[in-house]
Order: sequence, then C-alpha cells, then structure tokens
Amino acid sequence: MAERTIELTVNGEARTVVVEDRTTLADALREQCHLTGTHLGCEHGVCGACTVLLDGEAVRSCLLFAVQAAGSEVTTIEGLSPADGSLTTVQEAFRECHGLQCGFCTPGFVVSVTAFLAENPTPTDEEIREALSGNLCRCTGYQGIIKAVRLAAERLQPANAT
Amino acid sequence: MVAGPPSSPDRQSTVAKLSTAGAARYAGSRVNRVEDARLLTGRGTYVDDISLPGMLHACFVRSPVAHARIRGIDGSAARALRGVHAVFTAEDLNPGAKEQWHTSLGPESPETPRPPLAEGVVRFVGDPVVLVIADSRYLAEDAAEIVEIDYEALPGVVDYTTAEGAETLVHEEYGSNLIFELSGTPESALGDVFASSPHVVSATIHQQAYVPAPMEGRGLVVDYSRATGDLTIYSATQAPHEVRAFCSRLLGLPEHRIRVIARDTGGAFGQKLMVQREEMCVMLAGFALGKPIKWVEDRRENLLAAGQSRHEHASLKMALDADGKIAAAHIDYVSDCGSYPTPWPVQTAQVVGALFPGPYRVPAAGFTAKTIYTNTVGRTAYRGPWQFESLAREVLLDIAARSIGMDPVELRRRNLLRRDELPYTNPNGMPYDHISPLETLEQALTMLDYEAFRKEQAEARAAGRYLGVGLSTYVEPSTPGFGYYATEATTIRIEPSGKVNVYIAGGSCGNSIETTVIQLTADALGVNIEDVATIQGDTAVTGFGGGAAGSRSGSMTAGAVRETASILRERILAIAAQKLEASVEDIELVNSRAIVRGTPSIGVSLAELAAVAYFDPYSLPPGVPAGLEVSTRYTAENRFIWVNATHACTCEVDVSTGAVQLLRYLVSEDCGPMINPNVVEGQIAGGVVQGIGGALYEHLAYDDQGNPLATTFMDYLLPAATEVPLIEYGHIETPSPGPGGYKGVGEGGAIGAPPAVVNAVNDALSPFGVTITRLPLSPSAILAHLEGVGP
Ligand code: FES
Ligand code: FES
Repeated sequence: MAERTIELTVNGEARTVVVEDRTTLADALREQCHLTGTHLGCEHGVCGACTVLLDGEAVRSCLLFAVQAAGSEVTTIEGLSPADGSLTTVQEAFRECHGLQCGFCTPGFVVSVTAFLAENPTPTDEEIREALSGNLCRCTGYQGIIKAVRLAAERLQPANAT
Repeated sequence: MVAGPPSSPDRQSTVAKLSTAGAARYAGSRVNRVEDARLLTGRGTYVDDISLPGMLHACFVRSPVAHARIRGIDGSAARALRGVHAVFTAEDLNPGAKEQWHTSLGPESPETPRPPLAEGVVRFVGDPVVLVIADSRYLAEDAAEIVEIDYEALPGVVDYTTAEGAETLVHEEYGSNLIFELSGTPESALGDVFASSPHVVSATIHQQAYVPAPMEGRGLVVDYSRATGDLTIYSATQAPHEVRAFCSRLLGLPEHRIRVIARDTGGAFGQKLMVQREEMCVMLAGFALGKPIKWVEDRRENLLAAGQSRHEHASLKMALDADGKIAAAHIDYVSDCGSYPTPWPVQTAQVVGALFPGPYRVPAAGFTAKTIYTNTVGRTAYRGPWQFESLAREVLLDIAARSIGMDPVELRRRNLLRRDELPYTNPNGMPYDHISPLETLEQALTMLDYEAFRKEQAEARAAGRYLGVGLSTYVEPSTPGFGYYATEATTIRIEPSGKVNVYIAGGSCGNSIETTVIQLTADALGVNIEDVATIQGDTAVTGFGGGAAGSRSGSMTAGAVRETASILRERILAIAAQKLEASVEDIELVNSRAIVRGTPSIGVSLAELAAVAYFDPYSLPPGVPAGLEVSTRYTAENRFIWVNATHACTCEVDVSTGAVQLLRYLVSEDCGPMINPNVVEGQIAGGVVQGIGGALYEHLAYDDQGNPLATTFMDYLLPAATEVPLIEYGHIETPSPGPGGYKGVGEGGAIGAPPAVVNAVNDALSPFGVTITRLPLSPSAILAHLEGVGP
C-alpha cells in the first residue's frame, strides 16, 4: 500500500511520519510517535478512549486518518501535563476523586474534560454528565469521574486560581 | 420532582461501626492511589504498549457461521503476501499443544476439550480457524481477508432452552448438549411443605447474555528465544502466575524458563482470569516461530469471542406461612454455557443452587442446576459468576410480597437472618458467619427514607407518574480458602537506605492492589507511606499467587503482608533495642523511626537500622540475621469470608416510552473494616453500574441462526454517564475472622444491582399489574408488557 510522508505538530514538537492512507491518527500516534497514552477501546468512534486534541478540539483519533491531521497541531495525554511531572488541575481532580481504576479510559476522559472545561468553565451537573457521555468507562461507574469534573471546574475558576 | 440525591459529598458515605477496628495510620483512610500518576499522564504500560524489536502481529480468521464442518482451507494467497510470515491452521498449530488445563481445576477436571484453532468443525460465529502472522496488524488483517475457507453448514443449536432435546450436538464426542445436571434436595422432598403452606409463589426468571466488556480487550505478546530457551509473555491478565503455569504445560517448557509480566491491565472482571484459545494459539505460534508476536483483540473480537456470561433462567418456587415467613424455596436452574465454556461451568451452576436461600432464614430448600452447550461463544467468568441466585431470589421475594399483600420491606425484615442466629448453615450447607444482612437493610432504608419515598410515590401516582423502589439483599462468599487460591506470598525488602519494597503477585486490573498493599505494609512496619513501593505482576520477581479473583485480594494480601512484616518488625525492634539501650517491649515503630515509647525524642531512623543490618552485620544482636529482607507465604484460615450488602434503588418509568430513569441508588455493604474507603466505594460503584447495564441495556444477542447481533458498542449498549445515578454508600463493619477483619468487595456491586433495579421497575409498574421477569428491561420490553404482549 502506498505510503506518504506527512508533517504535523505533536505536543509542541514538529514530527514527520510515514503513513499509509489508511493509517489512523491513533495508530500513527501510538506506533510512529510512540505516544501510547492514547488508547483504543473500540476503534469505531463510540468509547472515546482515543480522544486527542486536534488544533485544540477534542476528536476521536480512531476515526481520523493520520493524513487528515497533516499540518495540524495534535495534543495527546502526554502533552497535557507540565514537563516537571506534576499533574494538571483536571488530572489532580481525577486522582483525588478516585476517577480512575484500570486507567484505560482515563486519557480519553482527561483530554475530553480538559477541552470541555476550556469551553464551558461553569458547567451544571447535567452538562457535566452530558459532556462525559461520549466516553465510556467500565470500571468506575462514572461516580469519581463526575465528582472530579466538578472539582476541577471549581478549582479552575479564576477566583480560585493559585 | 422526586427528592433528589443529596449533593453534599459528606452525605454520600455513612459508616456504622459495629466494632472498633485497630488504630492504623493508613489502613482505613482515603489514601490517593499510587497507580494514578502514571495512568493519568499516559505513562501506563498496557499490553498493546509493548513494542519489541522484530515484533510481528497476529490476526485470526474466524468462523462466520455458528456450526459447520471445515471442508478445506486455502491460505496460499495470504501466504504469498509480502510481509506475511505464517498462516497457521489447526493442522500446523494444534499438535504443539501438550497439556491444557487450568490450575484451579486440576488436570483431572472434565473440561471441554479446547482445540487452539478449530479442528474440522466450527462451533460458534467467531471460532478461530486460522492464525495469520505478519509485519503489522494492518497486513495481518489484509492477509486474513484473503484466506479461503470452505464450510459445509451444519444445523446449529442456538436456543439453550431447547438444546437438551436437540438432535444436533455441539460436541459430537460428548454425546449430549447437557453438560451436567446437579441437584440438591429434590422438589419432591419439599412437597409436604409446599402442599401445607398458605402461600406458594412461583416464577420463571430469565437473564440475558451480557459480558464484562473491559475497555481493553484481551491480549498478549509472546517472545520466545530459541537460543536461550526463555519465553517472556506480556499479558493482559488477572493472574500472571496462572498464565505462566498454563503456558509451561501447553508448550512443555519448564516453568522457570517462562516469565509473565502484567504491568497495567485495562479492566478484566473475570474475563482475563483464564487462558483461552486465542492466547494458546499465540503462545504456540510464538514458540514455533521464535519471534515476538503481539495479539491484541479489537472490540469486535472481544464481543464475538471473549466469552458470554449471565445467560440463564430458572423456575422458582417459594412457600411462606401465614405471617410471611419463608417455609421452603426451590430453584430449577439452567445455564447457557456456549460451545467452549472456560472454566468448566458445573461448579458455578451448583453455587447458584446452593446460595439461592441467600441471607434469609429458609428452613428447607433444594435445587437442580443444568449446564448446556450451544453453538454460541463459551461462557466465561464475570464478576460474581453465580449472581443469578440473588436476582432470582430477590425478584421472587417481591413477587411474593405483592401476592401476599405485604410490603417487601416487611417481608424481608421477617425473614433476614439476625446476628444472634449466626453462625447459620443454610439448608444447602452454606455456613454463613460474620454478616449483617438485617443491619444493611435497615441502614439502606434509613438512608433512603423509605417511608418518605412511599408517600412521594403515592402522590406521583395520583399525578400519573410512576415511581418505584427496589431492594436486594445478598450474601456472598469471598476469598476462597482452598486449593489454588488458599495461599499468597510476599517478599518485603527494607533496602539498605531504609526504603521499603514489597513484592506480591498482584494481578490488578484496576483493583488498586498496589495502593492497598502499600497502605498495609506502611502500617505493618510503622513507616511513612512515601517510603514504600510495590512490585507486582512479574512472575520472575514475585512468589506464586492466585491473582485477582474471587474477591480475594484484600484479605489475602493483608495476610501475606502481615506474615512477612511481623518477622521484619521483630528484627527491627531487636536492632533498635540494642542501639537505643532499651528493652524490645519499649520500642515503637512510627514515621519510619524506632522510638522509645513515650519518649519520641529518643529514637533511630529505619535508615540507620537498615545500615546496621546490611553493612555492620557483626554488631547485630545475637540471633538476628544480616539484611532486612523476608519472604513468607500466608495460608488462608477460612474456607470463605462471607460478605453481604443491601442495595436500594428508586426509579421513574415513563409509561409512554418505556424509558427507565434511576433516581437514587444506595448500597449498604458490610465488607468489614475498609483498607481504603475510596477503593471500596469505587469497586461497589463499578459493579453496580455493570449490574444496571445488565438490568436495563446490555445484551449480547444472537439471532436464531446463531449470528451475533451486538459486535460493536453501537449495538452492545454500555451505560454512559448520563444513565447512572449518584451512588450513595453506607458501611456496616463486621470484622471477618481473616487478617485485619477485611472481606472481599470486588464482585458484590454486580450481584446486588440487577435485582434492585428489576424490583424498582416492577414496583413502578405495579399499578398496571405488570411484573417483568425477563431481562433486560429495555424500553421496548416495558412497552410490550404494558400493552399486555410481553413475554
Ligand atoms: S477507540 Fe476511538 S472512540 Fe473508541
Ligand atoms: S478506569 Fe477502567 S475503563 Fe475507566
């Protein structure tokens, strides 16, 4: 199958990857960029485990071909947290609220929630659930995740910024 | 609007201590998990994240039909593809399989013979027939698509309820589609009680097939080196040592040449407990090729071939006296085991029968339990594999309450076991103790404010809205203390710097065993939690362990840590006593220091003591060996540790659409003292939502030709955040007789939830005289019942 070379920015770094037309963005990130934090839970667009930011917008990387991301900026879970290893407000809230168990769905949730709170910093409980409904978790029953989003939203309020 | 769930997190968790637990520093507190930093930042290592030099990828060609003879396989075109390394059929691969039995069942178990690849006959849609190995998964899939297989269709046995009498046999050589029928006391022996009781209720309850569906599918990487004879497996598993033992027997390789590594596993819930056919194939292929091979199933494969659970039904009968006291109960249970059940399903079926009386005073009971082969995917373990006993009993109790005209709460109060009746052996020989069924019921009712809900329900009904409340109380055997599961080992090393490493088999798939083991170890040694790390999931460095199964990890790891730490404590105390010139009895271990009791200023750090133990061995007190590293193996002291809970759920049913909305969900559970309440509540929540999924949404359906109808998450409907209520927790703490008083809590949520939800829906529909006893309670099923055409 024909391969082509594409250029994109991943977590702030310029990358050149060689892909087939059919290579998904998820596979390119995992296999060519060795960013294995992006997970595949269904490969048909339902579970959200593969969520990454494409030019700041949350997308399902299993549904995109890598070639569609040429020239774009991709942020994966690895690119969210500061280089010093500390956690973002969203990640910290997930930890404190036991918002993860096996952790397989977690990168997708963290990326989706990060994008969601950027767009809607003061969500209602219903909006939180609605926003989370595109990501599936089989371990937590969503209890800790919902709490974590609420906590992160509170902490991200300008008045609470540290 | 109905009284909503309390929004304050403080009100979400209520603890009633019926005894005082020891004053530990970390056990009992909501310690943040040590697993989280890596998992939140994308630095976990799941099996699909493993990449080895020269690694090849596997893809299976699977049967598109439920039952057929394989007339011929042509893999030549696939083999000719560039980048394809092998196209294995049963002929090539299966002869390499030496033995194939699971340790917990033993070599004599009458397990269904499982050919790695289908041999001559395919028995379900998804049956693996050919294994392709190629440079990439993309290529392997390309090649798999052009393998030609000629099938001669055979009639299929799809409906397990008629399979016993079917002419077609799923396994010809077995001679019957009935795998086994076990029975306890026959119904005829209870005939007098049934004949003389004023109330006799009966029902047939059907549960649909639903599945663990962990977010990560099954998978493994097999890396065999011909030069050294060493084989390393990276596996998504609950039981790394079982993978090693199984592989050793399968390939005839000595156990110590095999290393199984399971770092992060993306959920399991029973599905990753035992080695199945695909894993056998990849082990055989890796061994044959001498190159690393990865297989990670995709979602379609997971839903097609990783197994089914829960598909079963039973005819139930219960006799009650004039006061609503249960006089006798009987269950005729039948379970669909598919074509290749793993493990042998007969014992689980027996447990359904034996536990049917539940935590109630049932003077006489009996059961039959049938297991049946069909041309569908094999039955596998799923969180509380016998949970049908609770579904059946609790739904029947509500039916009984309605037929007697008694409130379901009152009926339960009259029949639930009281503490002063314990220990209590149920009529099928199950010896309950250290449980609190009545207390959990009362706590759940208080949290719910049952009376207030009934009032609200009446008002809503008057306004044409249909609310319901459902209860379920169960008792569950955790921590099996026999055979393969009866022991667990730890090694604890206090390193020369005083930092602590604890090595334990693990098998965590989200169960937080790293965190809880660190909490337990820090407490046992009196050290700061930051000074403890744990190494798990690597057979090369930890002692044998049974893995995360049977809700055993809490109690068994507590026992294992306790045994090893107590020896280390003695050594540390002896060294410290000598150094501080005090007597051993006066030394205390706190904050990673040994101090003289009452005089914290006089003390010595663990680092200093470790330095003596490693670098100044000649100055050690007499009899104290050099170093601070100890391994022991703990043996369970009890055959089972019983655990119990009550679930209460309220819902509203929209009678025009059939949609069910859950309003409140409460769990009062008694798992003894908690090592980490976050972990306990997390386990309960996860189980509950799986149970809600089973009661309302999920269905691994087949058509009558045996074609699976749910092979994506578009058809197999997992609950999402919009479907689940806030879960409120109550804790009753009755210590178990095991280490720390702990009990198992991994499975209970999935046991208690389906009956609570079904009872709530039936309660809501009671004004219509409708009682649904066939799951799932989908909108269309509810509407059909309301229109009087429900099954
Ligand atoms: S893997 Fe992309 S949505 Fe599930
Ligand atoms: S934490 Fe396991 S799937 Fe969400």
